[in-house]
Amino acid sequence: MSRPAQTHAIPPHAIPPHAILDPALAPPFPVAVLPVLRNPQLRKNVAHAIDVIQAKRAKLVAEKADWQQLRAAASDLRAHALDNLGFYLEQFESQCTAAGGHVHWAADDAEARRIILDLLRRENATEVIKIKTMTSAEIQLNPFLEAAGIQAHETDLAEIILQLGDQEPSHIVVPALHINRAQVREIFARRMGLKDLSDDPKELTNAARHFLREKFLRVPTAIGGANFLIAETGAVAVVESEGNGRMCLTLPRTMITLAGIEKVLPRFQDLEVMLQLLARSATGERMNPYTSLWTGVTPGDGPQTFHVVLLDNGRSSILARPKHRQTLKCIRCAACMNSCPVYRQTGGHAYGSVYPGPIGAILTPQLMQMHHAQSLPFASSLCGACYEVCPVKINIPEVLLELRSEVVNQERHHLGRFFDPMYLGLRIANLLFARAWLFHSAQWAGRLGLRLFTRKDGWIHSLPSVGAKWTQTRDLRGLPSQPFHSWWAARARGAK
Amino acid sequence: MTLVRASLFITCYNDTLYPETGRAVVNLLERLGVELDFHPKQTCCGQMHANTGFRGEVFSQAKRLVRLYRDTETIVVPSSSCVAMIRDQYPGLIEELGNAELRRQFEELLPRIYELSEFLIDRVGVEDVGAYFPHRVTYHASCHGLRALHLGDRPFRLLAHVRGLEQVALPNLDRCCGFGGTFSVKNAEVSSAMLAVKLQDVVSTGAEYCTALDNSCLMHLGGAMHRQYAGMKTIHMAQILASTEASPAEATL
Repeated sequence: MSRPAQTHAIPPHAIPPHAILDPALAPPFPVAVLPVLRNPQLRKNVAHAIDVIQAKRAKLVAEKADWQQLRAAASDLRAHALDNLGFYLEQFESQCTAAGGHVHWAADDAEARRIILDLLRRENATEVIKIKTMTSAEIQLNPFLEAAGIQAHETDLAEIILQLGDQEPSHIVVPALHINRAQVREIFARRMGLKDLSDDPKELTNAARHFLREKFLRVPTAIGGANFLIAETGAVAVVESEGNGRMCLTLPRTMITLAGIEKVLPRFQDLEVMLQLLARSATGERMNPYTSLWTGVTPGDGPQTFHVVLLDNGRSSILARPKHRQTLKCIRCAACMNSCPVYRQTGGHAYGSVYPGPIGAILTPQLMQMHHAQSLPFASSLCGACYEVCPVKINIPEVLLELRSEVVNQERHHLGRFFDPMYLGLRIANLLFARAWLFHSAQWAGRLGLRLFTRKDGWIHSLPSVGAKWTQTRDLRGLPSQPFHSWWAARARGAK
Repeated sequence: MTLVRASLFITCYNDTLYPETGRAVVNLLERLGVELDFHPKQTCCGQMHANTGFRGEVFSQAKRLVRLYRDTETIVVPSSSCVAMIRDQYPGLIEELGNAELRRQFEELLPRIYELSEFLIDRVGVEDVGAYFPHRVTYHASCHGLRALHLGDRPFRLLAHVRGLEQVALPNLDRCCGFGGTFSVKNAEVSSAMLAVKLQDVVSTGAEYCTALDNSCLMHLGGAMHRQYAGMKTIHMAQILASTEASPAEATL
């Protein structure tokens, strides 16, 4: 089949090769970043997008005099919900069931996929419309359904771009932020058969609207996620910007909600705190345009069959560990990735997970129960910007350090790692730091050793082994001949 | 002015790589009438091991530091990240060790540990240290100074009183330079990308010197400046504050 010449085609290097967001298969972070760092279009798109969101967020946070109190309240109530998660989940189940909903429990991704497929088969569904849900990406639902003969149609604008462009999400709130509108135009023109489409945002949105409207009216089954589950009433809350969620929650006959077990809030009133924080942190808006809340089934209004699938998939094991539990406070606002100087350079795909950025760096390896994604806790300079912006005060650097020590404990017994220069160096350094005279001898030896690499200008331009990682982009000043402690000692002797 | 006594914890990094910073702290504080002491057995706070995941190794270093300084009146540290290590990570480590005596010693020690700018402003009570440094300077707020120690405007107040010094504001002051300790070699490529972005901001100020209260960020920035012939140098703030007409800042390489 011959393809027509595309005069406006995006050069092939502009969109990276298919990202792998399965932590079991993805390459380690330092390897995965390499193609990304060489991609100027992607880096510009990512930096521009998060700089815009961050600036909006900063402006709206500044206008809230009680921002720190709100953060403290949100942190407390999320911690309380997690400390009593069993109680609140059972309360949610009984309230939701009493209101006509059906609650299912899924221990892992495979069980959740099976439950959802069974429900869809019962509906004789061959297609399903979807509200954006990262949890469904976590369990890789779409490819699973497709293999089972059920076509899933994403309805969130960014998700449509990704689905039609055969791309993976690179952010949890604005999943297509790595793609600019010229690239969107190319994808839409190609996949919707609109060869005269311009890159005017209004025209692109209109194209998506037409594309979607037909699906909203035709497909009677919907799948979505949950921002919050309200234990007190059994309600589910979804916040969104485009109204596609509202369409999915009103037009279809059947609604299936997939939610992580950590999403529960004790009381309806808790939304007062959470909703003030969420939109400001996520998109830099005072309020998100659409907030949908529904409780079970209401005769004559909206879906008449309603299922909630509560997903564990590693969450219980996080809950069981007191220092790690705070990870589950997350409300998926993405402020941490928007503020992260690492994410700003790499975007999301390098994290090899649907959850990228600082929260992904702690959540993903824990969801994998430390069997995969061990490079992610090291994908941070520990600058602390994520903790500063987190609306529920997750101390991400603290959890990163916990996880780093767990990874080191896993690795240090492997023979290959035993002789790894970094491992060897740190073990030796620890012995040296225990005795000042040993440390001082090592300084002397180090100075002699580095002299081999020090040029006449007193600087080192090239080092072997681990040192080469430094000197690939920076010089290093040669070691001064007199460490400070020797100067001090000599001065004290001279004064006598 | 009442006599202030302090002991200098130079940190392993400054001792080995930046002794001129230590000499500047000594000159500066003695000029201000501080009676300064130096514990010859000091080595490292354990930050490098802690941040790389070598938690088992950090315990011995934390214990060693607390015991070394338990009888010291005041400790001054010219490195914001080492102070942050002690303030933010030691409590958890010492809790985990479960030694009641050590915990008591640490709790008594903690409020006596000062980062250099904290020591000058909060302990000595001086903003004008009588320095002279006739250069255009931009201040890089290292992440630990900014977010862990909340140094706030202390560094700017100290620089504002330096005669001849012209301060230039650094754009995106709150953005990390990409050093991150072993991050700079474990994730060298991302670290370098962050450094490139930071260096653009630093160079855009047109300053002659980029200063900070942490030589680790400065080694990162300075290493790139040297590699790129950037026409700019890094200098620890202690060296600016120690500089006078009679004894100008030591020329660094």
